[in-house]
Amino acid sequence: MDFDLTEEDAAFQQVVREFARKEIAPRAEQWDQEARLPVEVVHQMGDLGLFGLVLPPEWGGSGASFTAFCLAVEEIGWADQSVGITLSAGVGLGAVPIYRFGDDAQRSAWLPDLATGRALAAFGLTEPDGGSDAGALRTRVREGPDGWVLDGAKAFITNSGTPITSVITVTARHAHGGVSAFLVPAGTPGLQVEPAYRKLGWHASDTHGLVLADCAIPRDNMLGQEGSGYRNFLATLDDGRISIAALALGCARACLDAASDYARTRNAFGGPIGRFQAVAFSLADMATALEAARGLVMRAAWLKDHQRPYKQAAAMAKLYATETAVSATRAATQIFGGAGFLEENPVARFYRDAKVLEIGEGTSEVQRLVIAKGLDLPVSP
Amino acid sequence: MNVVVCVKQIPDPAQPGQLDPGSKTLKREGKLILDDSDAYGVEMALLLAEKAGGGEVTLVSMAPNGETSGLRTALAMGAAKAILVSDDSLAGTDALGTAKVLAAAIKRAEPDLIVAATESTDGYTGTLPVQVAEILGLPSVTFAKSVDVADGKVKVNRQTEAGYDEVECPLPALITVTAGVVEPRYPSFKGIMAARSKPVEQLTVADLGLSADQVGAAGARQEVVDVTAAEERKAGEVITDEGDAHERVVAFLDQLKLI
Repeated sequence: MDFDLTEEDAAFQQVVREFARKEIAPRAEQWDQEARLPVEVVHQMGDLGLFGLVLPPEWGGSGASFTAFCLAVEEIGWADQSVGITLSAGVGLGAVPIYRFGDDAQRSAWLPDLATGRALAAFGLTEPDGGSDAGALRTRVREGPDGWVLDGAKAFITNSGTPITSVITVTARHAHGGVSAFLVPAGTPGLQVEPAYRKLGWHASDTHGLVLADCAIPRDNMLGQEGSGYRNFLATLDDGRISIAALALGCARACLDAASDYARTRNAFGGPIGRFQAVAFSLADMATALEAARGLVMRAAWLKDHQRPYKQAAAMAKLYATETAVSATRAATQIFGGAGFLEENPVARFYRDAKVLEIGEGTSEVQRLVIAKGLDLPVSP
Repeated sequence: MNVVVCVKQIPDPAQPGQLDPGSKTLKREGKLILDDSDAYGVEMALLLAEKAGGGEVTLVSMAPNGETSGLRTALAMGAAKAILVSDDSLAGTDALGTAKVLAAAIKRAEPDLIVAATESTDGYTGTLPVQVAEILGLPSVTFAKSVDVADGKVKVNRQTEAGYDEVECPLPALITVTAGVVEPRYPSFKGIMAARSKPVEQLTVADLGLSADQVGAAGARQEVVDVTAAEERKAGEVITDEGDAHERVVAFLDQLKLI
């Protein structure tokens, strides 16, 4: 058994940590206030190789492990959850499905720019009437004179309306009932990107609803086999769960770091507040939960890297790490007291950003369902 | 154009350092990292080599225990190879001894240009680069805030207290670059992986044709006699505005040579 990262992964983790500390953390508050996705930082992260990490070199990637990707997501998320989800979704929901399920023509059309952070891709699965009931897909696809025609609506689609969004993968149901995925290039007539949502958190992340009205795309734009859309997106979500869990580690660690510093330096009743057990034990619990969550996340990533079954491990990692992150933000703001309620304090931003971790890419309830099914229980949604 | 960058691997400044009570110098055992101030030289060398459209960047370093962690960082940024001098007999080497060792190692790379930082972040003597140039019989231009190479010459804007001097000299030459002269790139994952297999030539003092009495404590002409703790920072001076505060602030900054 070996708990050490490889030398290269450890070196890379240091580089991303330094990058996040210098290039992202100082500006996170500003982007949050402006509710603006910093495209220039996406380009910088592309130069660093973050968007192409898990893609093979022939498509502009680095051929790194999924574990290395999770390390990067955690480090970026430590500085800014919005930028972290932009990376997590840009790779996991944007580029990787095109690599995994696309043919070489589709790969060469989209991957080089996605792998280098020159473009972002999105994945349109969730619908206004769907949510956790992802199978209840109402978007329809029919054959048109020159290809496919899509009609329907999608909700909560990350990276779908950025200035550099190049393509959106959309799932839709055929008249015969099967579900397929389709590549809809940005700017296609009939694809309407709705104004950005006003969200509780993740202000600097780009999220929109989409409307597809007589949206015609070429015949070659089907992604994967006809009827394989449902199976493919389930596989995509398993990976996404691990990287959302890694993002949650970044959130919890940022809270632990900030609150620990504060407990050492903030004086009350004649000394630092960290000498009170009420504060110290809260931090001890936070550190323990973070370490347990890290174990789950790293193991889930390791299982995936070693081609072992990881559905259960991914669900457990996502469930535990995201709930840990939410608890950590609550405890950290409590330690800061009134100062933690001010927007100038990063823990206030993390407090707002954390909640969605328990919702996106499978709610905590869905994770429990997956885990319970793995216990061979006759549980139903 | 072939460029050599002198890089130092130092104990992580973020960790509390320890002095060796015998030699009164910094303990340099364990993992060392690339001196931050050398990242500027590496970046400058990479940019100059890229602009020249050919040639490579070679790192030259001296470190105990065959340490290469810091070199790998600079290799991950894009340097092609490294020469590392590591030898037990080097313990206690002073700045001049280090210059002799580095000069001998640099000669093997036959560079057109040698780049170094103005000073290291752990030792701060700031004397090594010009000693290396002197031993090699090369011109040296220090404190470069911008560098351009053309027509077999290096043109440098050299930082001074009042502004900068425009200086040029023929190649080969040695320059020292100030922190901030360029923005060092972050090593990419590809760069880190590639650095694994880049050559690091490890040499001993004998390989360089030097004798053991020229280096190490035996060859050192410099000795740290005593070390005392830095003075505690004193309370600042409060300037109350009585209509002339701006003049007094300017005078104060001028006196510190900050403006």
